[in-house]
Amino acid sequence: MGQPLPMDKQVLNPMTEFLLNSQSVSVTPRVGERLSQTLRETLGQRDVKVGCDAGDCGACTVLIDGAPVCACLTPTHQADGRNVETLAGLAGHDPDAQRLAESFQNHGAAQCGICTPGMMVAAVALLRQTPTPTDGQVKDALGGVLCRCTGYRKIIDAVLASHAQIAAESAVGDGAVGASIRRLDGAAKVNGTEMYGDDVATGDALVLRVIRSPFAHAGFTFGDLQQWQAQTDGIEAVLTCADIPGKNLFGVIPDFADQPVFAEGTARFRGEAVAAVVGRADVMQVFEVSTFPVDWTELPSVETVPHATAPLAPQLHPGRDNNLMCSGFVQQGDAAQALTEADVCVEGRFQTGFVEHAYIEPEAGFAQIIDGRVEVHACTQAPVMDLDALEIILGMDRKDIRILPTEVGGGFGSKLDLSVQPYLALAALRTGKPVRITYSRAESMQSTTKRHPSNIHLKIGANRDGRIQGFDFSGDFNTGAYASWGPTVSNRVPVHASGPYRIPNYRAVARAIHTHNPPSGAFRGFGVPQAAIAQESLFDELADKLGIDRLQFRLLNALEDNIPTVCGQMFEQGVGIKACLNALQPDWEVERAAAAAFNATNKTHKRGVGIAGGWYGCGNTSLPNPSTIKSGVRPDGTVVLHQGAMDIGQGANTVITQIFATALGIPVLQIQRIGADTDVTPDAGKTSASRQTYVSGNAARLSGLALRAAILKRVNASDGAKLTFGTGAIRVIDGASEHRIDLSSLSPDSEDYVFRAQESYDPPTKPLDANGQGSPYAQFGYCAQLVVVEVDSLLGTVTPIRFVAAHDVGKAINPMLVEGQVEGGIAQGLGMALMEEYIPGRTENLHDYLIPTIGDVPPIETLIIEVPDAHGPYGAKGLGEHVLIPTAPAILNAIKDAVGVRLTQVPATPARVRAAIKDLTDGN
Amino acid sequence: MAYFAPTTLNAALALIASEPVSIISGGTDVFPAQGQIPMQNGLLDVTRIDGLTGLHWGPEGLRIGAATSWSAIASADLPDCFAGLQAAARTVGSVQIQNAGTIAGNICNASPAADGMPPLITLGAEVEITGPDGPRRMPVETFVTGPRQTQLGARELVTAILIPPLPAHCRAAFEKLGSRTYLVISITMVAVVIGCDASGRIDFARVAVGSCSPVARRLIGLEADLIGQMPQQVTVSPDHLAPLAPITDIRADSGYRLEAAAEQIVRAIHRATHGATQGPTHGATLTDG
Repeated sequence: MGQPLPMDKQVLNPMTEFLLNSQSVSVTPRVGERLSQTLRETLGQRDVKVGCDAGDCGACTVLIDGAPVCACLTPTHQADGRNVETLAGLAGHDPDAQRLAESFQNHGAAQCGICTPGMMVAAVALLRQTPTPTDGQVKDALGGVLCRCTGYRKIIDAVLASHAQIAAESAVGDGAVGASIRRLDGAAKVNGTEMYGDDVATGDALVLRVIRSPFAHAGFTFGDLQQWQAQTDGIEAVLTCADIPGKNLFGVIPDFADQPVFAEGTARFRGEAVAAVVGRADVMQVFEVSTFPVDWTELPSVETVPHATAPLAPQLHPGRDNNLMCSGFVQQGDAAQALTEADVCVEGRFQTGFVEHAYIEPEAGFAQIIDGRVEVHACTQAPVMDLDALEIILGMDRKDIRILPTEVGGGFGSKLDLSVQPYLALAALRTGKPVRITYSRAESMQSTTKRHPSNIHLKIGANRDGRIQGFDFSGDFNTGAYASWGPTVSNRVPVHASGPYRIPNYRAVARAIHTHNPPSGAFRGFGVPQAAIAQESLFDELADKLGIDRLQFRLLNALEDNIPTVCGQMFEQGVGIKACLNALQPDWEVERAAAAAFNATNKTHKRGVGIAGGWYGCGNTSLPNPSTIKSGVRPDGTVVLHQGAMDIGQGANTVITQIFATALGIPVLQIQRIGADTDVTPDAGKTSASRQTYVSGNAARLSGLALRAAILKRVNASDGAKLTFGTGAIRVIDGASEHRIDLSSLSPDSEDYVFRAQESYDPPTKPLDANGQGSPYAQFGYCAQLVVVEVDSLLGTVTPIRFVAAHDVGKAINPMLVEGQVEGGIAQGLGMALMEEYIPGRTENLHDYLIPTIGDVPPIETLIIEVPDAHGPYGAKGLGEHVLIPTAPAILNAIKDAVGVRLTQVPATPARVRAAIKDLTDGN
Repeated sequence: MAYFAPTTLNAALALIASEPVSIISGGTDVFPAQGQIPMQNGLLDVTRIDGLTGLHWGPEGLRIGAATSWSAIASADLPDCFAGLQAAARTVGSVQIQNAGTIAGNICNASPAADGMPPLITLGAEVEITGPDGPRRMPVETFVTGPRQTQLGARELVTAILIPPLPAHCRAAFEKLGSRTYLVISITMVAVVIGCDASGRIDFARVAVGSCSPVARRLIGLEADLIGQMPQQVTVSPDHLAPLAPITDIRADSGYRLEAAAEQIVRAIHRATHGATQGPTHGATLTDG
């Protein structure tokens, strides 16, 4: 920062005046008010995002006198007399920012977009000084901004290339399936106008705060709440379980619904909600939670699976004896017998901890009453599931509830579950006024779902020829206090624990055990990444024991068309694991040789190469999960796509539109999208289970085809006719003949469409029997990743040097977005492998809970493999979760390759790696 | 309750004598500690006080104003013996934190993992404290008495960090170890200032270790044993590390910390004496020393 201006503030001037994006502004902040708060709430500068309020994420980065700082750490008073610039201002007039905005879009550098303002502002500061920076300068400049979606590589590329950007429109073209077009919703992400959960409230909204348990297990009683409210200025409502008109109960899987909106007498995890306070914004800004009248009695808690399953352990839920919520089971052949008879066996125990989703946008939203109906605007991955839950909680007719999702600043599974929605709806209904809430980072981390910690035992046997004979897997998953997606994890794990390999004798059990922890739920992969760590690690051990090359061993056992999975499911086509493994072969050989050469001349630092495979079934496991896509043509010729598949950064808005446009036969830019809104857009299902490209994509394809057919039928044109939409008319060119449909001659329907189509798609699956045999998924996606790591054998630090990732996506609808998914998934897998572990009460912030920074993700080469799937739209398969499944085991395998130690617990922190090396070398 | 931003030291001192105020400079530790709880006191912003920012050379050495940002320190043109301090400046949090966070704020926050402490200790830095009776000074390692504890009196302000001249041949280095590259709190860190005579033997040695004791510690016994050794051949014994008392926490266990610190000392000495200008050191990107 420049030198402070000489101004005597000792005589109190209540006004703080500064330049904001070239305009003079004047405010009267509270003492200690953060600049981020003033900019967003007083000055309406909602392009400044708040992710942590602690300087840990950099989302709120602004320039003060040209220097990037975190607005959340800057007292507003300190801005007096200075020049403050934010993304919205820079995007409007700064040439560096404008070039950068194009470059970000052309490179796919913004996914969910919540970190983009911070990234771009920090990058502008760099580019002003250094127009053509090096890779290292970019990393140093952006090291203070966390991104959870992209894996950073495309951000680095975008900044490096920003000085030579081309015009925008040429980057889209017709956008047909297979084209790497820029995101269709990208412009708002790079100019600061995108509206997330905390950006949509009206100025008069009341503010809600949740009162939460400070203990993992506690009894509690309230004081006189009515009296407290009456005596506390500005409080408009206090809500507890007594104020729920419907059922105080929710859960994503109806048969397991067990979670109260507000705990009743007993809190079962640290951070569980017991009450909510609703008040005027100015009052709530300085509200101290400690003044709320509640008395706590801490009770004995069980926080690990061994404790929760011990005799006499406190029981969390009646009817779930020994804290066992449920279990999943798959069996084929006779694993025990096969392991007895196998030539060679390996066995291991593996352990993983809680992993936090750590999206940069904390849960946030807004609710209001419009014409007697309640409208909830919040970040969500599943708007119709939110509606289903609110119907029960509010005890209201669902037609009186409207869910209008905001943009979502990252989800990764956790925003499938309810968070702020019931509190907002209850408060709006109670007060009749608009109400908003934004979770603090600590609240978000304490109260929302996590990846399940796991304790896995696995034994695998093979014959001398390298063919796997038997596989016995048993995993306990710490499912926390409530069900959430625990049943899904315990079902998915036994189906997937084999990996994409042929295993004739197989037994897998997964148990979900309750503990006094935040609910474990959905997190990219639903337990499969944990299982893959065990399976892929032991595959390396087995290959080594057999003396077979590790990649060859996988190829030898890989599934193929017409070979049964462990569920007895036989795919006649579309099995792509061999293609993925084969694609890694050249790099495997080159990198192994390079690592050997490196190791020959380096004593302390050792390089290793690891590989791992993976698969993932797209869509719900043996359960219906239809998507519906509506489209139509307006009398003026506008083509409208009701795109209800939530885009949480992965790119559904673009991919679904590309598929629809291809089916209809027009360029993507001619399509107007209407997003998720339970009043006007049909249910495209939840954004989970890697299902949107596959399932909603199919619905979009069918909708596009049906709309096209309706138009062609009108003029009896043939299937190959070309459609051109003009103002008020459609031109149909069918070979030599040409037709013109005058849309004004047609009578529009109640939604103002003259043509419309609504189509659904549900994957064909079959139920699993008692032994887990059946057809759980209509398609799997396949993958294999290779990583080179460097291990500092004296300090135990592990540095990934390079990834090569081969992913069979059937057909890449948008290759750039495929790469974005792969890079982002690898970054999350890298975090899980090396640094991430959530410990309730201890790592409830983003400086103790570490996720990878821009300096931690090495170059990633994505090899897109296209083994088409007969069920997928244009052959496409799902991808979202596959991308991180092989990453952690590949890293662990590379560590073993480098320094000879097998890490069986993640994260492989420097201390754990060093301890393992010392064990191997007798203390040296 | 008010926000004060005086421009003179006297005005600031008068304020803290009369008002219950908390001191704020960059805000990078104040706000995270505060969380969502509203401020209980007025705030005294020291960043506009005349003479409290910037680096100035005098007969007694270098004077770094208390409210000087880490960015200003990192980008200053300083002699080789400041290479460790400048490397530390570049590892404080992120560019955003370095632009706002100040050297005295880092010291007064009194974290066992304060990045500034080990290099300042090896530079023999003193803290200048000014109160109603004028300035007093004491070594940084004396000023910080424990986690979140310092000798700063209720009516006093830290006004400068004073670094006495060091022999011209001294070089320095800083090693920081963490689980990721940026925005990371050290597992352990080491700073050294080393001088070698014409034959290449060490004739000046200061070594300090952070994140391994309540307050970063200088290893005087090791320093004495280093004299006369060739930098490439130094070894660190458990006795040398006896002043350290690392804890076991989420970042690492105590045994690992001791071992890592020993290795970092050796690497820092190599780095300092190789004579190369030091770039940023990050946890996961250390290279062979």
